[in-house]
Amino acid sequence: MKIKSQRDFWSGLMFVVVGVVFAVGATNYSMGSSARPGPGYFPLILSVLMAILGGFVLFKSLTIETEGGDPIGAIAWRPLLVIVASIAVFGLALPRLGLAITVPILIVMTSLAGDEFKWKGVLVTAVVLTVGSWAIFVLGLKLVIPMWPSFLGG
Amino acid sequence: MDLLGNLALGFGVAFTFTNLAYAFAGCVLGTLIGVLPGLGPVATIAMLLPSIYSLDATPALIMLAGIYYGAQYGGSTTAILINVPGESSSVVTAIDGYQMARQGRAGAALAAAGLGSFFAGCVGTVIIAAFAPPLTELAFKFGPQEYFSLMVLGLIGAVVLASGSLLKAIAMIILGLLLAQINTDVISGTARYSFDVPELTDGIGFVVIAMGVFGFGEIIANLGMPSEHREVFTKSVKGLWPTKQDFQEAWPAVVRGTALGSLLGVLPGGGALLASFAAYTVEKKVAGGKGRFGKGDIRGVAGPESANNAGAQTSFIPMLTLGIPPNAVMALMVGAMTIKGIQPGPQVMTSNPQLFWGLIASMWVGNAMLVILNLPLIGIWIKLLTVPYRFLFPAITLFCCIGVYTLNNNTFDVYMTAVFAVVGYVFYKLSCEAAPLLLGFILGPMMEENLRRALLLSRGDWSTFLVRPLSAGLLIAAALMIVIVLLPSIKNKREEAFQEE
Repeated sequence: MKIKSQRDFWSGLMFVVVGVVFAVGATNYSMGSSARPGPGYFPLILSVLMAILGGFVLFKSLTIETEGGDPIGAIAWRPLLVIVASIAVFGLALPRLGLAITVPILIVMTSLAGDEFKWKGVLVTAVVLTVGSWAIFVLGLKLVIPMWPSFLGG
Repeated sequence: MDLLGNLALGFGVAFTFTNLAYAFAGCVLGTLIGVLPGLGPVATIAMLLPSIYSLDATPALIMLAGIYYGAQYGGSTTAILINVPGESSSVVTAIDGYQMARQGRAGAALAAAGLGSFFAGCVGTVIIAAFAPPLTELAFKFGPQEYFSLMVLGLIGAVVLASGSLLKAIAMIILGLLLAQINTDVISGTARYSFDVPELTDGIGFVVIAMGVFGFGEIIANLGMPSEHREVFTKSVKGLWPTKQDFQEAWPAVVRGTALGSLLGVLPGGGALLASFAAYTVEKKVAGGKGRFGKGDIRGVAGPESANNAGAQTSFIPMLTLGIPPNAVMALMVGAMTIKGIQPGPQVMTSNPQLFWGLIASMWVGNAMLVILNLPLIGIWIKLLTVPYRFLFPAITLFCCIGVYTLNNNTFDVYMTAVFAVVGYVFYKLSCEAAPLLLGFILGPMMEENLRRALLLSRGDWSTFLVRPLSAGLLIAAALMIVIVLLPSIKNKREEAFQEE
């Protein structure tokens, strides 16, 4: 059997798999009865429905011809990995290093995701955004965000 | 009808210094993100949600509303000057607007867009003020059955009117509803799908999903595309005032666009985007085969731009009166109200009249501000267009990260956002639209509660949804929508319309 639409094939598969996972999960909770629905009642209905819909999508992707096979195309690994890693690093660093150090790290890291990387521009952006986010979030909105590294007692 | 009395109350609230300041801030921000391609109102509002903790409910909502309709103004500037829609609802404006700019008539195009939007905004505001109270009356007659059916209709309508693949869009709604099931069951107190992670027993924050999928997912998708050369018509913007002939051609288009936009905004799934596409199609029909439509016709700018602003305004009606968000932006507004401790629904008008009427009045004030911001001050926004994306996306990433962190002052949400960034990119790659997921996620808990209450009341009899006439009507409407869309002639037209995007 030939896949006629790559995008639909994989999304259909995704819906089926997630549906089955949620359905199995729902069996851990009490179903109740129709008259007194338990916590597992609604999730089970939903997940079964989704798996069925996913099945339809899957079926369509194998039967209905599309132009050029509807390929998924190249995956932008670099932006994907860099941005996700930057967010994770931000989460790790902020409580420990404070805003003053975390922001420049984040800016330099995320800038690596683009096609162009010029130190001068990146550093200027980093400084402007560090001061800017301090002014907006700490000074302006009075949000509680650590400013300096925790080992400095700040 | 004490419409005037209500509006007077509203304007009293809207004209206080604080509220004027926040309306202005919202309009400026909205224009800004409207002008910048690659940053939409959904991501911006999600980014700002944490900051509204320190605000009162009224100024907070006034500001968020300003961002949404402000983005409709700003989006047209980018569309006209660089042929890139600053906002998805300006996609069609770019067609004729850019051609006008190339012919040296950028000023006239910008003026038509700005003045048309203002007219539409004024009409939209009056429509909300007039139609919200009777709808609210109706909503008070709703039991859990009606609410459940209404949500079904709303969710179905949202995808029928505004999405590519119907099947996938419905699956995305259900995925959203399922993600909302990760929480603690309100009735029995059972933690569901939490895998013993304490943070998950409170559910996933919708800001986390919105920001991960719309904010980060879009950044990754944008960076994955090859950077394109942009031609900016900055110097040709002079002579903002349209000629007499322009006026004569544009005003009927503005009126048509406003009427169509106001109507489509109220429908589930409606709002700015759908309105502008529909208005463009209408103008194309009116213009006929001959003439210069598509090659710089002012009607192709005035119609869709009026329509998207009218649609942006009237899409507040279902959100304010029924608590049902018709699009992703309204879903975030519902979230914002919940953050401020206001349960969205028909009772808002009576329990928080100041908020309700103040918000409506502020829309008119905001529209007036936006005309000034976008016409005489156009030069400032044009300068912004020259800022390259490589400076923008680190800033967007930063604001999203700080926003998510301050939501609960905890890093768990930050990590969850990273997960949803990946999920968002997967959706993008598989052309699964994320907006239906967000709607489903917002409505999930309400839907479950009403379903279970309805079943409890009917002692487990599912036919209760069909026996009650109002509820049955709503469900039949939902079914009809699907059937109509699946009719072969409509199906082809619909697919054609989405191809043009």
